[in-house]
Amino acid sequence: MAAQFPPDSVGLVIPQTQHFDLPLALDCGRSLTNYDIVYETYGALNPERSNAVLICHALSGDHHVAGYHDEDDPSKPGWWDNCIGPGKPIDTREFFVVCCNNLGGCKGSTGPTSINPETCKPYGPDFPIVTVKDWVRSQARLADQLGIRQWAAVIGGSLGGMQAMQWTITFPERVRHALVIAAAPRLSAQNIAFNEVARQAILSDPDFHHGRYYEFGVLPRRGLMIARMLGHITYLSDEGMRAKFGRELREGTPNFNFNFDTEFQVESYLRHQGKAFVDRFDANTYLLMTKTLDYFDPAASFDHDLSVAFHRSQAHFLVISFTSDWRFSPARSREIVQALVRAGREASYVEIPSEYGHDAFLMPIPLYHDTLRSYLTRIAREVNVHAA
Amino acid sequence: MRPELELISDWIRPGTRVLDLGCGDGALLAYLGQHRQVSGYGLEIDTANIVRCIAAGVNVIHADLEAGLADFGDSSFDYVIMTQTLQAVRHTETLLDEMLRVGRQGIVTFPNFGFWRCRVQVALQGLMPVAKTLPYQWYDTPNIHLFTIRDFEELCRRKRIDILQRAVLDHAHRPRLGPRLWPNLLGEIALYRLGRA
Repeated sequence: MAAQFPPDSVGLVIPQTQHFDLPLALDCGRSLTNYDIVYETYGALNPERSNAVLICHALSGDHHVAGYHDEDDPSKPGWWDNCIGPGKPIDTREFFVVCCNNLGGCKGSTGPTSINPETCKPYGPDFPIVTVKDWVRSQARLADQLGIRQWAAVIGGSLGGMQAMQWTITFPERVRHALVIAAAPRLSAQNIAFNEVARQAILSDPDFHHGRYYEFGVLPRRGLMIARMLGHITYLSDEGMRAKFGRELREGTPNFNFNFDTEFQVESYLRHQGKAFVDRFDANTYLLMTKTLDYFDPAASFDHDLSVAFHRSQAHFLVISFTSDWRFSPARSREIVQALVRAGREASYVEIPSEYGHDAFLMPIPLYHDTLRSYLTRIAREVNVHAA
Repeated sequence: MRPELELISDWIRPGTRVLDLGCGDGALLAYLGQHRQVSGYGLEIDTANIVRCIAAGVNVIHADLEAGLADFGDSSFDYVIMTQTLQAVRHTETLLDEMLRVGRQGIVTFPNFGFWRCRVQVALQGLMPVAKTLPYQWYDTPNIHLFTIRDFEELCRRKRIDILQRAVLDHAHRPRLGPRLWPNLLGEIALYRLGRA
């Protein structure tokens, strides 16, 4: 007996795979001779093909952004299900929503866990490090396949927001609106430092085997777990952690044990998050994604002036940040806005009060969702989805 | 449309770049976009207003005017506009300077505290004035700097700000004869276009 999905859900969804035989030249100088992109779509493309919205995922996200994969399990919706569906801010009655797993990922698109046709073994560490620009080019090819000449909007949070920005620079005429959420124009030294500690945790795990752990039948569990625990701290805010965990000891721990067991709630939470992550994510992909983040710097090709990079953009922008986000703080979003204003681009900026830290971009915060809803309602009017 | 906005619109050359400080729900920018083909942004601190701007398709930037305009370059706009906001900010003088740094010209509007009814309330009743253009009680007013037309022009003179154009209106935002003849006594709302040589 199939479970009932909520009425404002896109319901049961089935990922699709698009195979590409045309080689894709990458920024690193290498190229992928052929590759797969796994993606999901919700809603219907209108006859004008003008209502397509691309959602770009962040570090640990994938193509499963809304709806359910398992008919019998309504407990695990896509990662941004609270925002996408009939009647939700990104309304699937108005838009044709597309989300793909990025190259280098571990959820079906070609990446380190895929078989390298040259060696007949998993790519592992031989998979080329891809850039945000490479992703955007690969997403553009998917758009070609789907018959989408111009996106009504490209939307992303964090690393996803970076892709939205890059889209407007690489394919100016193919993006009508870009929604850049909790992002930064490039990583700070502190951001790169956190990524480096995460990488070192993985690289120094004895089970890592220079990235060829698949061949040894093991996983660098400890390293990936520590990387994820560290990441998680940067996704939360001090005030949020204080409110959620405080200094509470976990159940069954009335007093200090004076040893290194899990005693505080926050320790228990982080270990749980780390362990759960190891079962669903690949360490080589994690390494690759952090490098992609570190390398992102669209201004670099424009004399290190972001506003020059945006000169070519034609999109209208909505930039959103969250007050307690210290990973990509509001100040970083304001840098983006400043560059957009100097470039004379159409742009709006909202700073959402929240104590969820960087994670806020995934939360159904009323003001955040009202902002998205207002903006997307306006896009829906423009792309004329009711004409038919 | 409020006559005040029409007047401002008349002062603005078509196709220019405008920054509206404290843009509210974006009505002025929407009007200017439609009638003067200006491009620009509104700065606003109130989130409900920001959402209204976004719904109306007006460019709005969440910002606190008290923090200054450091994000904006010198002369990066043709006009910086501030309607009914100057009396509600703490650093009035700094903001005027910032307006004329970021904008080639500034346009300000404010309620005239020298209006005769205000004077009567203070002088005869001994009460802080409440008027159509100053509809708050002393304890809940957002207006922390109340000033008259003469006060403002004195400040401009001292700061070497050129008054390029002035209009004085009644409470219904109409340019009547009385306010034109005795602005500081009969005018309820003042509009200025300012520049700096």
